[in-house]
Amino acid sequence: MPTSIPKQELMMSGHAACAGCGAVLAMRYVLKALGEKTVVSVPASCWAVIPGNYPAEVLKVPMVYTPFAATGASISGIREGLDIEGKEDYNVVGFAGDGGTADIGLQALSAAMERGHNVFYIMYDNEAYMNTGIQRSGSTPFGAWTTTTPIGKDRTFKKEKKKVVADIMMAQGVPYVATASVAFPEDLIRKVKNAKEIKGPKFIQILSPCPPGWYHNSEDTIKVSRLAVETRVFPLYEYMNGKFNLYKTNKFVPVEEYLKIQGRFAHLKEDEIKEIQNFVNERWEILLKKEGN
Amino acid sequence: MVMTPTAYYPTTNIKTSSWRTSKPVIDYSKCTRCMICWKFCPDVAIDINENPDYEAPADRIKKMEAPFIDYDHCKGCGICANECPFDAIEMVREGEDK
Repeated sequence: MPTSIPKQELMMSGHAACAGCGAVLAMRYVLKALGEKTVVSVPASCWAVIPGNYPAEVLKVPMVYTPFAATGASISGIREGLDIEGKEDYNVVGFAGDGGTADIGLQALSAAMERGHNVFYIMYDNEAYMNTGIQRSGSTPFGAWTTTTPIGKDRTFKKEKKKVVADIMMAQGVPYVATASVAFPEDLIRKVKNAKEIKGPKFIQILSPCPPGWYHNSEDTIKVSRLAVETRVFPLYEYMNGKFNLYKTNKFVPVEEYLKIQGRFAHLKEDEIKEIQNFVNERWEILLKKEGN
Repeated sequence: MVMTPTAYYPTTNIKTSSWRTSKPVIDYSKCTRCMICWKFCPDVAIDINENPDYEAPADRIKKMEAPFIDYDHCKGCGICANECPFDAIEMVREGEDK
């Protein structure tokens, strides 16, 4: 087969995710990279409803549900328990959304990373609380419409910038930090496999578009995700063994291309789009400098 | 895999085909078996046929593993048709095909 992606499917069809869901793709690729010896811990998030009603099972690996704030604590406990049983070859994965990572689960995540357990923490970033009906989270970007930042007469769209958890993790000194995108599955799988080689905490942030929440057509999931990388709105990088590697896009694509195919940005005026372009350029410069050092 | 003693009910038993309004149809005479559609399917509804017997744009491609669509689980999101670099997949509205 002319692709490097492993054939084995550990996620089954028939799940309850919306058509064109990016979070499902993220899980599919992560499990393809990690293989059968994996335990997944999921907090309240879209992934808590995707498996469907009891007793339906969507993954061919064990899956544990945890309280919203406890993903970090749960993966720490599972890891230590497996180690005592001598099952050191198992991968323990926390698979949380952006609300469960950037807002509610941040302290448990930070503590688990600080204690240095040999775990994976995957944050699938759909930039709002999509499961409960598109409420704003810390990871929602500037300018986005959500049900708690409605437009209306006063144009009360989100006025704050996106909190990038991967940057926080890098500042904390986590041995492996990476950002990935569902539009580049080969890169995503390579990053998860690289992370597997490292004994210690690993953090990967995956941008996973959400057609009902971002108001784009379900067939554009991959296109939106690819544009996020090409327009540098969501730069892909890998931080491993103290080395920082940034994926550099060859050509300049204005952020407008990324914003115009999503309904959640439809209300933005020209000066607001310019402001977003400035944010993006500033962050890109910071990342370029970081790579130079 | 060791099964747990509790009930085991894989989601493959749940047919999600009624969710879709249009369905993808592969034109095998254009398909080069690049498997991009398989790679990007969020519903795992594109399977790999290991002993294909379809038409192909060239004879040597005929023997290669080919994608085929699992119409029981496809939700009709259209990612495959949108990402196919050879326009070999077309979205057909349900009930409008021959």
